[in-house]
Amino acid sequence: MRARNYFVGAAFALLAAGMGHSALAQDIKIGEINSYSLLPSFTEPYRKGWQLAVEEINAAGGINGKKLVVVSKDDGGKPADAQTAANELVSSEGVAMLTGTFLSNIGLAVSDFANQKKVFFLAAEPLTDAVTWSKGNKYTFRLRPSNYMQAAMLVEAASKLPAKRWATIAPNYEYGQSAVAVFKKLMSEKRPDIQWVDEQWPPQGKIDAGPVVQAVAQANPEAILNVTFGPDLVKLVREGNTRGLFKGREVVSFLTGEPEYLDPLKDETPEGWIVTGYPWYSIKTPEHDAFLKAYQAKYNDYPRLGSIVGYQTIKAAAAILAKAGSTDTDKMIAAAEGISMPSPFGEITFRKIDHQSTLGAFVGKTAQKDGKGVMVDASYKKGADYLPSDAEVEKLRPKD
Amino acid sequence: MAFYVVQFLTGLASAASLFLVASGLSIIFGVTRIVNFAHGAFYMIGAYIAFTLTERFSGAFGFWGGVVVAALAVALIGVLVEMVLLRRIYHAPELFQLLGTFGLTLMVEDLVVLIWGPDDLVGRRAPGFKGAVDFFGQNIPSYDLFLIALGPVVLGILWLLFQRTRWGVLVRAATQDRDMVAALGVNQKWLFTSVFAVGVFLAALGGALQIPRDAVHHAMDLRIIVEVFVVVVIGGLGSIVGAFVAAVLVSELNAFGILIFPKISIILVFLVMAVVLIVRPWGLFGKPEAAARKTPGLTVNPWRPLTSNERLASLAALVIAATLPLFVGNYALTVGSEIAIFVIFAVSLHFLMSVGGLASFGHAAYFGLGAYGVAFLAKMAGLPMIVCLLLGPLLGCMGAAIFGFFAVQLSGVYFAMLTLAFAQIVWSIAFQWVSVTGGDNGILGVWPASWAASPSHFYWLALGVAALVTIALRIAVFSPFGYALRATRDSVLRSEAVGINAKRIQWTAFVIAGTTAGIGGALFAYLKGSVFPDNLGISLSVDALVMVLLGGVETVSGGVIGAIVYKALNIWLVSQTDLSKLVLGGFIVLIVVVFPKGIVGMLEMLAQRRRKSSPPGSSLLAKPIESAE
Repeated sequence: MRARNYFVGAAFALLAAGMGHSALAQDIKIGEINSYSLLPSFTEPYRKGWQLAVEEINAAGGINGKKLVVVSKDDGGKPADAQTAANELVSSEGVAMLTGTFLSNIGLAVSDFANQKKVFFLAAEPLTDAVTWSKGNKYTFRLRPSNYMQAAMLVEAASKLPAKRWATIAPNYEYGQSAVAVFKKLMSEKRPDIQWVDEQWPPQGKIDAGPVVQAVAQANPEAILNVTFGPDLVKLVREGNTRGLFKGREVVSFLTGEPEYLDPLKDETPEGWIVTGYPWYSIKTPEHDAFLKAYQAKYNDYPRLGSIVGYQTIKAAAAILAKAGSTDTDKMIAAAEGISMPSPFGEITFRKIDHQSTLGAFVGKTAQKDGKGVMVDASYKKGADYLPSDAEVEKLRPKD
Repeated sequence: MAFYVVQFLTGLASAASLFLVASGLSIIFGVTRIVNFAHGAFYMIGAYIAFTLTERFSGAFGFWGGVVVAALAVALIGVLVEMVLLRRIYHAPELFQLLGTFGLTLMVEDLVVLIWGPDDLVGRRAPGFKGAVDFFGQNIPSYDLFLIALGPVVLGILWLLFQRTRWGVLVRAATQDRDMVAALGVNQKWLFTSVFAVGVFLAALGGALQIPRDAVHHAMDLRIIVEVFVVVVIGGLGSIVGAFVAAVLVSELNAFGILIFPKISIILVFLVMAVVLIVRPWGLFGKPEAAARKTPGLTVNPWRPLTSNERLASLAALVIAATLPLFVGNYALTVGSEIAIFVIFAVSLHFLMSVGGLASFGHAAYFGLGAYGVAFLAKMAGLPMIVCLLLGPLLGCMGAAIFGFFAVQLSGVYFAMLTLAFAQIVWSIAFQWVSVTGGDNGILGVWPASWAASPSHFYWLALGVAALVTIALRIAVFSPFGYALRATRDSVLRSEAVGINAKRIQWTAFVIAGTTAGIGGALFAYLKGSVFPDNLGISLSVDALVMVLLGGVETVSGGVIGAIVYKALNIWLVSQTDLSKLVLGGFIVLIVVVFPKGIVGMLEMLAQRRRKSSPPGSSLLAKPIESAE
């Protein structure tokens, strides 16, 4: 389907230009890589999002008069394959920049590739702090709020809870480990009185939920931090509901408010979890309304968070290209550092200091409405407010 | 105290779902000797169909009826698969059926997303089993109690089926000696089909029964298949009771293990399997495999070194490959380097599998160790690239020496599963030991020195090493050592009778294969500039197996051709289509049916047919005569 879209795009370019092959050389190509076959529940809406962005950009005259073409590749969830794809996009397709990726290790692999081959890389989704900090490099920018930022947003709400005994449940890989580590650190700074009474590390995608729930209940925490998502979350919630784990306990949970993960839960949705997410149904800003209307008109479906990420990734890429006025890598980096642009969540800026965007996230509580999971009392947290001080960031990030 | 009882019961519930799926796999393997990689796919389809049915027909009857109908429907699909695909390849070389079922699995993963969409699906809870039972202040889901009861019930039914019916007698007889059963005039075709149907039914039932506790999604199959294999092997192949005990053992160890080591789940089953297999080489309840009767395929078409014409042709092919940088761009060259590296990897496994008769399911461990060896030397010791390339593979060599020593004490599928266990242990160390290996974020920045940095230079390097490795292994095949190794493969008893120390020969072969794989891994680290636990993972091991099987196990050059075809096709498909798994899986299934001896095996057979005008050779190959040991 990707190949087809590309061809359709190319055919349109031919028609529009009304001339032969030379017209294609005028297009600006962006390379995009994601785990389409491994994570379709995220990447399908994500793809729809960026396709909408491409359509809008070209309808508005393209980038400085040039048509934008996105060439998209699947990485199958493997860092090595992502590099093969990156190489194809850069060497064979001659793209101006690379974008995309979901998994942290793939984001890091492509970022390292970009650093080595001196290619501009706009990471869309990978959450690990390493992308912009400990393993950051001058070629890599990132759109989504990092692990640290999301943890800081949740800590702000969690630290107000009376609970003192905390347990954690997180998938046993880098994302889970760093989410728990940052959350614990920030929590303990604000609330030195907190005790961490238990931690569970089920393997990603393979949680044996019954024993995990039982083990956490045994430690008798007053509050629980959850980092699992996807099918693991479903199993955890179901076992937890049946076994009464969440009764009388506060739960703070990463990503659970995102429609990708909240919607499958339906009438099992637990009430009152403090979560980060995307309540598309209750955001009433002109920017988001415009996006929502365009998305629903084109796809007859509601957006997931992936749609926002895909949409804004390509919008950001286009904004950077337009400002740079060139596809020269150094000029694009100079243009991207400190660039501000509109987004469905309001204005965002790519920081010069660590190349992190200030895109934020919504924090709210889960609830059930007509047998469906929703986020209520949601408020938007600006990314800029949840980043450490510049001095700290300087220390975290290697010098270019 | 109540907590421990509840935790124990929870473990039993997990064991029950594991047992259902494992028992099916065990029965199928016991009778047909098929390593049914698609078992997880049947489990997944069972869950998907049950989801659709239970959503449409509500109420108790709708739910339980839906579950059973789903399992029956999938069993029907299983019958179809057996009759259309597997029947054609029962006489193919050992493990070839694995390739066919692997192709099916790939196809199913794409198909379920096409049919049911990309979202995770959450089904209904079971009517009558929605709540929990209070046990001294602890809650036990009533559905868990249902599963706990179901496990032994299924075990009992299967026991009755096997002990008290004529069909069961035949199945047991076939498990013990299927050639004898055939010789006694039992219609094997229908026996195999019915056994396959029962096995698939159990898998699908296991999947359907997950609906009230799990989400239905497109990766369910891979989540369960490896674990189920492990359970079957721990219990002893073909033993239903063994599968039950193993499922309970694994689930209980997990349930209590996480109380002390919360990170144990990731590796527990493999640790248990490694320990069990080292102590009891045939699993807890398994019996020593009877010496297998070899088909005469190998003796009909003995291996020979290349003729001078063939040597010239190979040299010409190499020269043509070496001139590639004159014609193609950087991307094609990088893909060429990757293919050359996978040729190294595939020939190393091919050496072990074809010459030594030792199919390793965990060969990626040595590939990945080679890669990590390079990464450690380059990043921590800061050694130059040449030194890293020379020393890095030694880590693979060391790993192979240690694990190979234990593995060669076993044979057949037990050998394969022990290598898998070792590979997973190595993988989990790379995954967990974040301070040294960087965990799943890997080690970055392992880029080649400037003399090898350009794609054409790296391509020549990879191609040269691949050619050298292939030639060296070919020389080994036709050396006295190679003949001794083949002797241990064809008949352990006879080779020992003529004074060959089989275990030592096999161990040496294992170390050679591991080191060679390490060389491939070392180059791979530089090609990608980074090393991840993926490089040691199951999927890479499966890739290597597929390459060897695709090329042809009973050939000398199958590894080379298989690697080139599979890797090139894979990279091209992933780049060109969204449905790469569907297309690649379909292609593999097609190859399996059309070329049941692998690509090279088929070409050799055709060449031989042309040479001989008389047909007996081909009829012999088509219908192997069983020869007594």
